[in-house]
Amino acid sequence: MAYATQGETIAEFVNTTKRFGRVLAADRLNLKIGKGEFLSFLGPSGCGKTTALRMLAGFEAPTEGRILIDGQEVGAEPAYRRPVNMVFQHYALFPHMTVAENVGYGLRQRRPRLAKEDIAARVTRALDTVRLGDFGPRRIWEMSGGQQQRVALARAIVNEPKILLLDEPMAALDAKLRGEMQTELLSLQRKLGITFILVTHDQQEALSMSDRICLMGKGRIAQIGTPRELYDRPANRYVADFVGRANILTGTVIRNIGEHALVRLASNHDVVVEAPHPVSPGAKVDLAIRPEALRLATAPQPGLPDIVAKLCRMTFLGEHVEYLLSHPALGQLQVMVPRQAERALPGVDTGHEVHILWDQGNGLILGQD
Amino acid sequence: MTKGRARWLLLGPAGLWYAALLVLPLAVVLVYSLGERAPAGGYAPALTLAQYANLGSRWAAFQNTLLLAPAGTLAALLIAYPLAYFLAVRANPRWRTLLLVLVIVPFWTSILIRSYAWIFLLGGRGIPALLSDLGLGDIRLINTPFAVLVGIVYGYLPLMVFPIYVSLEKLDKRLLEASSDLGAAPWRSFLQVTLPLSLPGVATGSMLVFILLMGEYLIPQMLGGGKVFFVGNALVDLFLQSRNWAFGSAMAVTLVAIMLVTVTLYMRFLRRIGAARDDTGLM
Repeated sequence: MAYATQGETIAEFVNTTKRFGRVLAADRLNLKIGKGEFLSFLGPSGCGKTTALRMLAGFEAPTEGRILIDGQEVGAEPAYRRPVNMVFQHYALFPHMTVAENVGYGLRQRRPRLAKEDIAARVTRALDTVRLGDFGPRRIWEMSGGQQQRVALARAIVNEPKILLLDEPMAALDAKLRGEMQTELLSLQRKLGITFILVTHDQQEALSMSDRICLMGKGRIAQIGTPRELYDRPANRYVADFVGRANILTGTVIRNIGEHALVRLASNHDVVVEAPHPVSPGAKVDLAIRPEALRLATAPQPGLPDIVAKLCRMTFLGEHVEYLLSHPALGQLQVMVPRQAERALPGVDTGHEVHILWDQGNGLILGQD
Repeated sequence: MTKGRARWLLLGPAGLWYAALLVLPLAVVLVYSLGERAPAGGYAPALTLAQYANLGSRWAAFQNTLLLAPAGTLAALLIAYPLAYFLAVRANPRWRTLLLVLVIVPFWTSILIRSYAWIFLLGGRGIPALLSDLGLGDIRLINTPFAVLVGIVYGYLPLMVFPIYVSLEKLDKRLLEASSDLGAAPWRSFLQVTLPLSLPGVATGSMLVFILLMGEYLIPQMLGGGKVFFVGNALVDLFLQSRNWAFGSAMAVTLVAIMLVTVTLYMRFLRRIGAARDDTGLM
C-alpha cells in the first residue's frame, strides 16, 4: 500500500504554504496522494488539516507553492472548475431543494447540459448506493442526521470526482452511527475506487480507515505513513503522543546493537529498544513505549531490568485494565494489562509496589520534533 | 387548563386591540358604505349599493394607486436588493453596522420635512433648473407621477432593505461553497442558492411596502400637488371636505378588498415558486 512510491499520483502538494494574515496555517507541505488511496489528514484543531483540504477543494489559494491535481496545476482554478467534490462537516445541503434535487445539483451545472433522464438515472443510482433509494422526493429537514450525511455523500459521488474530500463528516454523528458510517465509507471507497481524503481529529477513525495517515501539527506534516507505521514507529514525540498513548522517557545511548540500541534510563536501568535512525553512544534521546508493551509482575524476571514502581491507580476498561504507576526517577508510567494477564497479579492494589517488565526490543528511540 | 389560560393571556391584549381598533371600525365602515350622505353631510342610514355604483367617478384615484403602489414596490425592490446584498455579503463587517445605521438615518427626520426637501429638489428651482442650465431642456418634475414615485421609493426603501438584508445575512455561506464545489460559477450560485433562499425577505419587504403604499396619503399630497392623488387622498377629501361618509366608506371597503385579493394572489405565487418557508412568519 505504498501509494506514494508506486502507482499513479492523483494529487500533489509542492512546498504549499498558506498564510492567513500573520498566521501560518500550512507550512511548506510536500505530499503525493496516490490514485485510489484513502488518505487521512489527522491532527488537533488548528493543525492545518482543514486548510490543506480547502486548498485542494479550491476554497483557499496557496500563498506559496503549488497544488497539482491529476498532473495539472490548480493553484488559481476556482472550486467550480476542479474535478473534486467535498462532503462538508455540517453537510451544507440546500434547504430549498428535495433530496433528489440536492443530489442532482452537480449534474445540472454541467455544460453541455446532460439530458434530464440521464440526470434522474444517475441520481437514483447514487441514492441507491447510499441506501436512500426511496428518499428522493423528501425534504432535507425531514431527514435525520445520519440520512443527511448520506445525502451529502451521494451529492458528491454522483459527479464521479477524481478525489472525494471529506471534512470531518462523522463528527456530528453519535458513536454507534459513526461506526456504521465508517464501515460504509470504506466499502464505498473500495467499490468506487475513488481517492478519498478524510480530515479528522479522531485518531481511531484515521487508524481504522486509512491506507495512509498524514499527521499534522502547527501547520506542518509531522509524519506520513500507514496507520501501523505511525503507531509502531512514530517519528517524534508529537506523533507518539498524538497517535495512541505512549510513555515517553529520556535516556542515554550506551551502544548500538544492529537496528537496536542499549539505552540507560534515568533510573539507571538498561533497556534494549528499537533505533530507527543511527544514534551515537552517549547521546541523550527520547524513548517511547506503548502502555500495552509493558508487563507487570509481583516478582522480578531474570534477564530483564528490575523496575519497581508504586501503583497509584487502576482503571477498569473492560477488556483491559489500565495501571498508573509512579517511579521516583522515571515519573508516571501507564501499563495496559489484558484481563487475562491480570490473574498474574493476585492481591495487587493501589499503594503496593510492583515490578515493571520491559521486554527486550520493545519501545523505540524518537527523532527530534 | 393552564395551557388554555396561558394562550388567552398571550393572545388577549393583541386580540382586544385588534377587535376594538380594527374589526369594529371595519364593520362600521362596511355598514356606512351601504348608507347615504346625510343632507348636511355625514352618514344617513340606508341599505343601498348606490355608493359602489358611483365608484367610477373616482377612477383616477384607484388608477394612480394601483399603478404607483406596485411600481413603487418594484422600484424599491430593484434598488434595495443590490444594496441589501452588498451590506450582507460584500461589506466589510467592521463597517456593516455603521452602513446599516446610515440606511435608517433618514427615518430620524419626519417624512413631512423630508418631503418638503423633495419639493424643493424636484421643484422649478431644483433639479429642473440645473438640467435647463446644462442645456438639457425644460423638464417638469414636481406634481408628476414620477415625483410621487421618487418620493415613495425614497420613503419606503429601508422597509425593503431590512427584511432582505436579514434573509441574506443569515444565509449559510457554506451553501455557496457547496454550490461552487459542485460546479456552479458564482452567478449561477446566486441564481440557484442565494436568490431562492432570500425570497422570504423579498416577500416580507414587498408586502410591507406594498400594503403601506396602497394606503399612502402624505407623499402624493405633497409631491403630487393634487394632480397625482391616491385613494388615500380621495378619502380625506370625501370625509373632510365633501363630508360624504357613505361614499368614502365604499371607497375604503373597495381598497381593502383589492389589497386582500392582491396580497392573497402574491402569497400564492410565492408559495408556488417555493419562497413559502416557515421562517418568514408571513405565510
